[in-house]
Amino acid sequence: MIEDDSWKLTVRTDALRLRARMIRAIRRFFLHQDFLEIETPLRIPAPAPELHIDAVAAGAWFLHTSPELCMKRLLAAGYSRIFQICKCFRAGERGDRHLPEFTMLEWYRGGADYRALMNDCEALINTVAREIGLDGVVYWQGRRIGLNAPWERISVRDAFARYATISAAEALRTDRFDEVLACEVEPHLGMEIPVFLYDYPVEQGALARVKEADPGIAERFELYIAGLELANAFSELIDAGEQRRRFEETSRDRQRKGSAVYPMPERFLQVLPRMSPSAGIALGVDRLVMLLADKSRIDDVVAFTPESL
Amino acid sequence: MYTASDLRKGLRIKIENDPYIVTEFNFVKPGKGQALYRCKLKNMVNGNQFERTFRSVDVFEAADLQEKRMQYLYKEEGKYCFMDNESYEQIFLSEDQVGESKNFLLDNIEAEVLLFEDRPLGISLPNFIDVIVTKADPWAKGDSVSGNTKPVTVQTGYQLQVPPFIEEGEKIRIDTRSGEYLTRVKG
Repeated sequence: MIEDDSWKLTVRTDALRLRARMIRAIRRFFLHQDFLEIETPLRIPAPAPELHIDAVAAGAWFLHTSPELCMKRLLAAGYSRIFQICKCFRAGERGDRHLPEFTMLEWYRGGADYRALMNDCEALINTVAREIGLDGVVYWQGRRIGLNAPWERISVRDAFARYATISAAEALRTDRFDEVLACEVEPHLGMEIPVFLYDYPVEQGALARVKEADPGIAERFELYIAGLELANAFSELIDAGEQRRRFEETSRDRQRKGSAVYPMPERFLQVLPRMSPSAGIALGVDRLVMLLADKSRIDDVVAFTPESL
Repeated sequence: MYTASDLRKGLRIKIENDPYIVTEFNFVKPGKGQALYRCKLKNMVNGNQFERTFRSVDVFEAADLQEKRMQYLYKEEGKYCFMDNESYEQIFLSEDQVGESKNFLLDNIEAEVLLFEDRPLGISLPNFIDVIVTKADPWAKGDSVSGNTKPVTVQTGYQLQVPPFIEEGEKIRIDTRSGEYLTRVKG
């Protein structure tokens, strides 16, 4: 017999109303700044190869894991302020903070680098919070987090030095970077005010531009609030030769670990040289709702989970 | 064989020759990093608990657990003796291994004994048992002041709360999982 779980929908009414208001506020925020709202296809022939992100096959093509490549083709064609709110699909990702189908907000700024996106995050999240009646403070799972800008900015190297038992370099060398980041560093991030964790080892930023002053560092940041990872941003890599080399290396690594290898995104690589220096960011909308609605599980901010279908 | 993506609460796996049960489980994945599976594991032999983080490349052997139907015979020096219904072989379980079930061990009751490579780990009893009340205060009719329940002792020595109308010598049904009174049994 199938369990009747319609009560789960009833108890989510408040969270779903809040979610709808937040999405309206996000749209308004970008439209007011002359961003163009874009829709790109969910089903694509060639997702960007990433070592630890697996696409869901849909016929001979794939459901996109993010709208990044199509958005960047628009940038290359001269669109300079674009945003999209869409579903993304990642195979095997399910936990208190993960759904295999989730809602992403992506935006891009032509002529900017990742620092401009930090300012965007501060302005956007404060605007959305005010829209739902939160004024400069959010309470999440018993913690009080101040939202007034400027937020904290800490490099990956400094964060490991402050919170972890080993350095970032040592963690990379022993293949424990992800584990130490998730278990020792992340739980401390953004517990009083939001934190931008920035300047990742270049191995951890497949589509990010390398820092001019330090070729070992990629211009990438992640935004954390109350230990929740909310957004990932890059100064975009626009060197097509370097991008192809990284894609090929990632594809080889995927093959070596037995993961599916995707076709090269040739059309993207073809137009990449025409893209002006830009910055782009992806923000998990479900996570932002979790934060502002004070919910500990992603299940509580969506109407349906895969298990309830 | 299990892989890390099979991990979930309640899964029983073997690590270094001991059976473990996953008591807490969470999936974490930092940024664009690899998937990590954070588990709290409990050793099913000695009860020790620890936390461990696994990666998607990790594999596990299933814990080879068996359940055998056995009959409870007697208790001697803190040990509980059970007999295999097929081989008539007798084994002893410690008080820890029997756990809360010790409250419901009627003579000759049949239990499922959980074994790991022939080592007993614990038992599970039928969900419901009928027992005789051996000690109860009489029911003063109309006495509604003293609350809705009263304590009684049943034939196994177990004490529980029951409705006030239950009298000494009556038979009642108990849920062995919660240890709670369910109903009066007639006859």
